[in-house]
Amino acid sequence: MYDTLLFLHLLGAFVTFITVVVFPAYAVGIAPSKGSFALGDWAWNVSGVLLLVFGVWLALYVDGYELWDGWILGAIVLLGIATAFGARARDEVLAQLGEGGEPTAAMVNTWHWLRTASVVAILVLMVWKPGA
Amino acid sequence: MAAIRPDDWNLPLFLHLLGAMVTVGALVTAAYYLFAARRTGSLDMVRTGFRTLLWVALPAFVVLRVAAQWLLDKEGLEDSEDAWIGIGFTATDIGVLFLIIATVLTGLAVRRAGRAQAGAQAPGTVGTGTTVAAWLTGVLIVAYTVAIWAMATKPV
Repeated sequence: MYDTLLFLHLLGAFVTFITVVVFPAYAVGIAPSKGSFALGDWAWNVSGVLLLVFGVWLALYVDGYELWDGWILGAIVLLGIATAFGARARDEVLAQLGEGGEPTAAMVNTWHWLRTASVVAILVLMVWKPGA
Repeated sequence: MAAIRPDDWNLPLFLHLLGAMVTVGALVTAAYYLFAARRTGSLDMVRTGFRTLLWVALPAFVVLRVAAQWLLDKEGLEDSEDAWIGIGFTATDIGVLFLIIATVLTGLAVRRAGRAQAGAQAPGTVGTGTTVAAWLTGVLIVAYTVAIWAMATKPV
């Protein structure tokens, strides 16, 4: 049971990095397409579900972990912050796709790298588990 | 796990995970662009797939593989015959060949297209190399998903 939960949680983390890799392409001048945007958007939504559902399940299942442990709460808060940053990057790309306007690569870049920094910070918490 | 893992394993584990996650993210992104290029004939998409493999997947793969070796040394598992380690080695050591071949094939496709444009010739289709690269990338995604399962469940 533990192995399956860990695998599905870990799979969610890997799927997150599809979004992390898709978005920087827009920042280096590659025009967003509906397909690539859908891939990045889909990956973020699926990974969010996998991370939260199986992460919380793991915290409840494993003796010695509690949902209110600092590193687990910190990761959940950071996931919320990453989602907020990602929503801003998403809005920038959607504006380009919908209106056909000039690319705002700098804004996509800024919001996306803030999201990426939050995701990497979650990984740091998951590996070092401060306070566990 | 946290209670039994020595602190000095954390940095190589972090780098191994980060490298692996970026590699898989880059492979899925490249696969999307290469399969889309096959469908649409867009050379821009081949170029984006090539850059994703060369600038993201390959460097991340190096981080993944070096950190894996560092971790094995720390854990004293260099000579282990456990199945999960074997799966990891197979996925990375054969996988890197697939990755290099896919990168070279897409690079050649981009170069050929550039020459065709410089010579004012019709650019034509994206080529067989792009198709092969797309499928190699797809195979790598499946192989690395199996490797993720092996690393999580650690079958012996």
